[in-house]
Amino acid sequence: MDVKKTISRGMKMELEGVYPDRSSDEALERKVESILSLYGHDSSQVIAILQDVQAEFGYLPQTAFHFLAERLGIPLVRLYGIATFFKAFRLTPRGRHEIKLCTGTACHVRGAELVKDAITRELGIEVGQTTDDLAFSLEKVRCIGCCGIAPAMMVNKDVHGKVSAVTLNKVLSKYK
Amino acid sequence: MCTDTGCRVCGSTGVYEAFVEEVRKARLGRRVEVKATGCHGYCEKGALVVIHPEKILYVQVKPKDVAEIVSKTLKRCAVVKRLLYKDPESGERIVHEGDVPFYQKQMRVLFGNNTRIDPCDITDYIACDGYQALRGVLETMNPRKVIETVIRSGLRGRGGGGFPTGIKWRSARKAKGERTYVIGNADEGDPGAFMDRSICEGNPHSIIEGMLIGAYAVGAEEGIIYVRDEYPLAVETLTTAITQAYECGLLGRRILGSALTFDISIMRGGGAFVCGESTALMASLEGKMGEPRAKYIHTVEKGLWNQPTVLNNVETWANVPRIFLHGVDWYTSMGTGDVSHDPWGGSKGTKVFSLVGNINNTGLVEVPMGISLREIIYEIGGGIPGGKEFKAVQTGGPSGGCLPESQLDLPVDFDRLTEAGSMMGSGGMIVMDEDTCMVDVAHYFVDFLKDESCGKCLPCREGLRALSEILTRITEGNGRSGDIKLLQELSETIIGTSLCALGSTAPNPVLSTLRYFKKEYISHIRDKRCPAGVCKALIQYRIDAIACNGCHACFKVCPADCITGEAKEIHVIDQDTCIKCGSCYEVCRFDAVKR
Repeated sequence: MDVKKTISRGMKMELEGVYPDRSSDEALERKVESILSLYGHDSSQVIAILQDVQAEFGYLPQTAFHFLAERLGIPLVRLYGIATFFKAFRLTPRGRHEIKLCTGTACHVRGAELVKDAITRELGIEVGQTTDDLAFSLEKVRCIGCCGIAPAMMVNKDVHGKVSAVTLNKVLSKYK
Repeated sequence: MCTDTGCRVCGSTGVYEAFVEEVRKARLGRRVEVKATGCHGYCEKGALVVIHPEKILYVQVKPKDVAEIVSKTLKRCAVVKRLLYKDPESGERIVHEGDVPFYQKQMRVLFGNNTRIDPCDITDYIACDGYQALRGVLETMNPRKVIETVIRSGLRGRGGGGFPTGIKWRSARKAKGERTYVIGNADEGDPGAFMDRSICEGNPHSIIEGMLIGAYAVGAEEGIIYVRDEYPLAVETLTTAITQAYECGLLGRRILGSALTFDISIMRGGGAFVCGESTALMASLEGKMGEPRAKYIHTVEKGLWNQPTVLNNVETWANVPRIFLHGVDWYTSMGTGDVSHDPWGGSKGTKVFSLVGNINNTGLVEVPMGISLREIIYEIGGGIPGGKEFKAVQTGGPSGGCLPESQLDLPVDFDRLTEAGSMMGSGGMIVMDEDTCMVDVAHYFVDFLKDESCGKCLPCREGLRALSEILTRITEGNGRSGDIKLLQELSETIIGTSLCALGSTAPNPVLSTLRYFKKEYISHIRDKRCPAGVCKALIQYRIDAIACNGCHACFKVCPADCITGEAKEIHVIDQDTCIKCGSCYEVCRFDAVKR
């Protein structure tokens, strides 16, 4: 993933106010503060804190970074390091519908790569990107444990099994 | 009935609700209890319903079938024939769970209770002798005896390393520190493996009990279970289980009236494969990036927060209560080798594998150590679907290797698999048929590890990138004559010079495929051909003029509009505009599209 590109895209979206649920800075800080107090401002719990912040906003907003660094007393660069090291964190807003394409070994063997190509063709997004209308975002995940129905993908919380380039449209049309 | 993630996909939640509703309507509430249990293992046939005490197994149950099951089986003790498992060879219907070939060869020590207990109800676990092992340990053994017992049982780490658990505990007991930590690792990162998830979701108390025994043995008061964030259901089940254990006085202060004090908390992982490595996992528990460190001093001496730490996989922890419940002799009766003097001497007990890929019976299987790969694949797994040829089985996750047909009689234990160039790993077992390209598989694993390398050591970070580049080149038809030698040299350097197990095992998929499937590499490089028909750049889709009957199906699905032909006429693919998406190949029912 091109980190630089992703971040600049995220910033652009933030600046333009594209993201629908974008809260004002004070509201954001209030929410982050309430998460922090759950963990007693313990900086060793930073990963759990970031997870909760992401669960609240759908991604890690820039402003939250600055606020967290200040309140936890850890350098911004370390926070940023953690947020980019672990796969669970996202620095850009997600689409309304999140596609998680399973690329576990079983799915790979049964043709997950062809499904990825088909999604890219259909929606014009690569892995890690969001469509311009914020309808869909695409992510690769490693094994969702549904190897029996490989290749599998998740859209939001629904799992779809035995997906192929041909049946993909039918799946996606449910969410359009 | 099973309501694990796999069966949920097949609609088990609806089936459960239907059962509750139908049982209520039929006023059977007093005589029948509907239980939502953990994984039964046979994911291929979900949703699964087992009716106790007869153990009648119904497969692929849909909500609309429920009324019939209730009226026939529950009321009149008759079986619903069409929902029974059908033997693919004889076509016979099998009534009882234990008679189905998938279960026959298995030894379900850890998973046996999964079909009986509701993971969110501690009383179910207690009814199945739960926490009896803990009670026995606290009442009759001192910590030294506990450790000795575990050493004698020959239990070895189920997470991949295969280090004897008892020896680890002994070192932690001896180590000096202010306090000792006990960690359960459920950050299952291997693609194609989900047994840890199923234990967490199906029988969480067995993990807690194991950790309690471990805590007593090493003198720890604090425990952490590190769960993968992608497993929301596992986090939920574990949280419920821990809360219930506190309510019953099985966690907290003075457990079961003894002096033992123990607390367990849950940490959600951040989704990094390298965090399966002990030092990386501990770094991430401390709120740092998950980078491994050199283990001049082992983590049992200085681990989390520089204190002695015992880290075991959750499957290892789940084994512990079983050993104390049924005794060392019972445990050592399963498996290979002799561990009475040396815990390294063999592999004892059972191992859970997730059997997936090109195989008829996908699912989780628990088998005694020492069973052959052939038995697992053909007798339990039911062989390869569609009459295809077996090509390879991949074990040990991304760090493991691919074994060919000639190695199928290999007994599955820690040491034999390592000798054959693969490894046990955490228990992923991916079966591949003739349509799988081994160069592509090696490429897939190297790419996976390239993404997951933490970047600390240069040989791993840059070496894997280079391996990936060479493999990409080969799969795109630009392989050069020296590439095989280069792959080998590079692999050896990475193995010899990386710090942690991720780097030093990363080239295994390349080396094992080179060892057993060199021919495929050669045909990619020299003949520019992919024998399995997988590598896009090396294949062409074309329509066989004799087989094509002009059904027009491929024309309709082609996203590139590169197929020409009228209905009932022979169709042709324009090679210049074809994007090789494979759609025409998939829809053609007459085998006319060739690649």
